[in-house]
Amino acid sequence: MIPELGQFALILALLLAVLQAFFGIAGPALGRERWTAAVVPAVAGQFVMVSTAMGCLMAAFIGNDFSVRYVAENSNSALPLFYRIAGVWGAHSGSLLLWIFLLACWTVAAAIGTARLPRNFAARVLGVLGTISIGFLLYTLITSNPFVRLDPPWADGLGLNPILQDPGLAVHPPVLYTGYVGLAVAFAFAGAALLEGRLDREWARWTRPWATSAWAFLTCGITLGSWWAYYTLGWGGFWFWDPVENASFMPWLMGTALIHSLAVTEKRGLFKSWTLLLAVLGFSLSLIGTFLVRSGVLISVHSFVASPGRGEFILTFLVIMIGAALALYAWRAPQMQSEAGFELSARESFLLFNNILLVTACGTVFAGEMAPIISLALHLGKLSVGPPYFNPTFLVSMLPLLALLPLGIHARWKRGGLGERGRTLLITLAAAALIGCAVAFGVFTGAGILSPVSMTLGAWIILASLIDPIDRLRRRIAVPRAVLGMTVAHIGLGVFVIAMTAVQGFTAEQDVALTRGMSARDGGYTFQFERIKPVHGPNYGGAEAKILVTRNGHPVTVMYPQKRTYWVQHMVTTHSAIDLNGGSNILVALGQDLGDGRWSFRLQVRPLVLYIWIGALIMAAGGLLAITDRRYRLAEAREAAPDGPLPAGGSSP
Amino acid sequence: MRYFAPLAVFAVIVVIFAFGLHQAPRKDLVPSPLIGKPAPSFTLPSLADPQTPVSNAALRGHWYLLNVWGTWCVSCRIESPELLAIAHTGVVPVIGLDWKDRRSAAIRYLQQRGNPYQQIAFDPGGLEAIHWGVYGAPETFIVNPQGIIVYKYIGPITPGAWARDFLPRLRAGQAVSGS
Repeated sequence: MIPELGQFALILALLLAVLQAFFGIAGPALGRERWTAAVVPAVAGQFVMVSTAMGCLMAAFIGNDFSVRYVAENSNSALPLFYRIAGVWGAHSGSLLLWIFLLACWTVAAAIGTARLPRNFAARVLGVLGTISIGFLLYTLITSNPFVRLDPPWADGLGLNPILQDPGLAVHPPVLYTGYVGLAVAFAFAGAALLEGRLDREWARWTRPWATSAWAFLTCGITLGSWWAYYTLGWGGFWFWDPVENASFMPWLMGTALIHSLAVTEKRGLFKSWTLLLAVLGFSLSLIGTFLVRSGVLISVHSFVASPGRGEFILTFLVIMIGAALALYAWRAPQMQSEAGFELSARESFLLFNNILLVTACGTVFAGEMAPIISLALHLGKLSVGPPYFNPTFLVSMLPLLALLPLGIHARWKRGGLGERGRTLLITLAAAALIGCAVAFGVFTGAGILSPVSMTLGAWIILASLIDPIDRLRRRIAVPRAVLGMTVAHIGLGVFVIAMTAVQGFTAEQDVALTRGMSARDGGYTFQFERIKPVHGPNYGGAEAKILVTRNGHPVTVMYPQKRTYWVQHMVTTHSAIDLNGGSNILVALGQDLGDGRWSFRLQVRPLVLYIWIGALIMAAGGLLAITDRRYRLAEAREAAPDGPLPAGGSSP
Repeated sequence: MRYFAPLAVFAVIVVIFAFGLHQAPRKDLVPSPLIGKPAPSFTLPSLADPQTPVSNAALRGHWYLLNVWGTWCVSCRIESPELLAIAHTGVVPVIGLDWKDRRSAAIRYLQQRGNPYQQIAFDPGGLEAIHWGVYGAPETFIVNPQGIIVYKYIGPITPGAWARDFLPRLRAGQAVSGS
């Protein structure tokens, strides 16, 4: 009964989404006040229905209802409750339902957030969100219904893929999707502005918190995914340029460009049509990512099993959504005139460079993603594009971006120049170069040319970001949250750059075969194989080794790498032991039993690797801090005044 | 006019996507012209020992899976635990075709992750894979005792795919052939 209820709720949600889209777009267009007023109830109703459907699927998982095909294929009665819940989004259909649920949540948030904005604008935002919801609900109901029954029901389920049985999995998709779907709100704001044919600085201020929070969630989601891949898959890498990773990275790059471009539009009334385009493209890339992952066009680690019809459906949806938005853009954007000009050395120029470089980086990733498809379409045979393409091309746009950042945050608006900050910046650059070279050549050895350069850039970004807040503190001026958020985010970027340089340049890695009592050396540490013993978990068994780690004769830690066999699927997975020591990450993976008490191990010492994820999380925290700025709350508190003056005070990033 | 540029670029991308979709591996449709045809016979050096040949002629009279893989293939790494599980069940032997790979890397990879393969043919130039119509890794073929390709699966085998796509075919076939 419960699965049927869920299915019924989904159908009702679809009907309400149609109403929401129709009233939201037609109401303001035809000037029908009553239609416009009906949008918010439709939003509320759709949220209730989607939540019911989500609850029903979750109940089927928790109650081990193996008469539901999706549950039977992705859960099992031996599975701990936590993973039975995570199993809801462990495969294609359920993760789509999660997507829809999060969209409903964002839509409710948008309905609350736009309640004090001009009525027609708010209705249009919700209307555009409604059209997105229609597409995904139709897709789920027609091609990927998670409530389909099995006849006869299975006695027990197949279980969740053990690789996915991890706290990281449980959290990663919801956070990532929150970011993806959040970009839909920025898209809807752009759509509403295009439908209205009018865009002012107020619009940018309304849009900014949404774009920034979506970006922060996307950052967290990608970070969690990277961390999860790093330690569960035991690959010893944090980024693989896998098609699905790229699918989440492209919207991130576009979102990063968007939040910087929005700053210019809000502050100076410039880049209007460009900002609109970025808002459209950010979410479009989320949709394109969905298409690439779920259509079977690309085969990847994360690919959901493709089935006929699904690809065609998403492609049609893409054409309608993105095509309509871009056509509207081509029609309306020429009317969005910039309000003023600026000098070449002004902050506007630096933010323009920032945008060009980020969009270029996104373009190179996109080209790499498309190359195999184009090659296949032109019958040029299979082509795989990997790190040898992505690493250098990405670096070409990223290095100038990093080098321009410290200048950009200190350049003055409009008339340009660095003013009295020029000298301070030069001093910080010298200090950063000193730190960079000292770390690259002194602390580590064997540095190439790139390591000291990027170490210096990372250090410079951190030092230069601190100039302004320190200056304000010295002069006893309050630091606005927006400035503080920007500073924190940029420091996070600096930390990330330094950590990545250390990992890329100075990682020590080797495979060894050891018998009990023997030891091996790697990256300045000594690893001694103490013993091996069997382990027993709730739904798995396996072996666990004990490794003593010492450095220069001093004990550092004891590590317990595991190899697990899951009973239901007879799958073997490796659980590497990870230890952090003074920023260095020591990793030991248990390999094969080579017989005669000999076991193979993979030893790795990666300096500062943890700071890659810490840096990324600091970036996200900066974003969340920035949206708590006073002027966004002021914007909400004030009654709708479309062309009102900007609140005074508060420099913006 | 320049405001139409994004729309034009998008149109081109859609055309490419449509092509890609048309060419995309269709796991539920007939995925290979070789299905129902005799499996191409091969004799290749073994991965473990270049002197020992591996030939599928010796497998006549037995069901087997031919799994095309490589250490460079990320999806194969995801697939490897499931392949080990399949090997563990003993339902059907798995023969590996190590495709466009380096011998030392492949041996090290199997030592680290475990070896699900009964035998592994080493095909560094990728010539043999062409006869099998391979255009990506991993791909897995089911071959029956008469040496006919019964099924081809594209992408990493999941527990669901094993239960839905492999086991029924193997069971049906084994009931008929009585083995």
